[in-house]
Amino acid sequence: MADEALFQFLHNEVIQYVNTTESGETENGRCVSKLENMGFRVGQGLIERFTKDTARFKDELDVMKFICKDFWTCVFKKQIDNLRTNHQGIYVLQDNKFRLLTQLSAGKQYLENAPKYLAFTCGLVRGALSNLGVKSIVTAEVSVMPACKFQVMIQKM
Amino acid sequence: MSRQSNRSTDSKKMNSELFTLTYGALVTQLCKDYENDEEVNKQLDKMGYNIGVRLIEDFLARSSVGRCHDFRETADVIAKVAFKMYLGITPSVTNWSPAGDEFSLILESNPLVDFVELPDNHSTLIYSNLLCGVLRGALEMVQMAVDVRFAQDTLRGDNVTEIRMKFIKRIEENLPAGDE
Repeated sequence: MADEALFQFLHNEVIQYVNTTESGETENGRCVSKLENMGFRVGQGLIERFTKDTARFKDELDVMKFICKDFWTCVFKKQIDNLRTNHQGIYVLQDNKFRLLTQLSAGKQYLENAPKYLAFTCGLVRGALSNLGVKSIVTAEVSVMPACKFQVMIQKM
Repeated sequence: MSRQSNRSTDSKKMNSELFTLTYGALVTQLCKDYENDEEVNKQLDKMGYNIGVRLIEDFLARSSVGRCHDFRETADVIAKVAFKMYLGITPSVTNWSPAGDEFSLILESNPLVDFVELPDNHSTLIYSNLLCGVLRGALEMVQMAVDVRFAQDTLRGDNVTEIRMKFIKRIEENLPAGDE
C-alpha cells in the first residue's frame, strides 16, 4: 500500500539521478531513453500481475481501452480523458491533468523539462503493451501543462 | 463484459507494486552504472536522503503529529504512523539500548523486496538502503541527527529485516549570520 507521494518522490529522484549521470552534449536524448527503458521493465511487470485474472482481449482497440481505463486508473488515479485513433495503428491518449506533471505546471518555466517527466510513463505504456503482444513506439508531447498526449504507434509484426 | 467485473480489483495493491517495481528498476540501473555494491549503497542512501527531506513536509502536513518529547516517542511515531502511512506496514520497536538512544525497527515484511532475489555477485548490496536515507533525511529536518543502518536483511537470509537507529545529537538551528 505504498503511498502515492512516495512514488512521486521516487520518480523525481530517478529523473534527477539519470539526469546527472547523463550530463554531456547528447544528454537529453540519452536521459530520456534510459528513463524509458526503466519504465518499460516496470510496465512489463505491472501488466503481467494486473491481467492475470482477466479474460482474453478481443482486439487491439480492446487492449488500448484497457490501458486507458484500468491501467491508467491504477497507476495515475484517473482515466485517460480522450482516446483517438486513425484505425491504422495510431492511437493518441490524452490526459488533461497528468499526475507527474502537476507539480511543475505553474507557468512555463519548466516546460522544457517536461519530456523527462514523461519518458518513464512512455516506457510504462510500451512495456505493458509489449507484454500483451502489441509491439509499439510510444512518444509524448506537451503544449500546455499539465495536459499531455501520448502517441502510440503500433508496429505491425 | 465479464472482464469489467473483476478488473479494477485493488488499485491500492497495484500502486504499491508500481512503487516496488520502479524501485527495482532503479536499483538495477544503479548496479549497471556503478562498479561495486558500496557505490550503489551510497547512491541509494543519498537518494533516500533527498526523498526524506521532502517527505517530512508531506508527513507533518497530513499526519498532524505534534512535536515529540523524547526519542522513544519519535520511534513510535516512525513505526506506527510513518511506516503505516507510506508503506502500509507497522514495524515493531525493540532492542532499546540502556541509554535510550538506540533502537531497532523490526520489519516482518518489507514491501520493497516483494519480487527480489539477490544474485550471488551482489552479496554486499544493501537493497533497501533507500529507507535509511529517507529516515535520516526526514529526521534531520526536525533537528535530529541520527545514524541509520540495516542490521539484518531477509534478502541475505536473515529471518527478519532489522533497521538500527542511533540518536547522535540535536541539531541546533543555525540562523544565517546577521539574521537576528
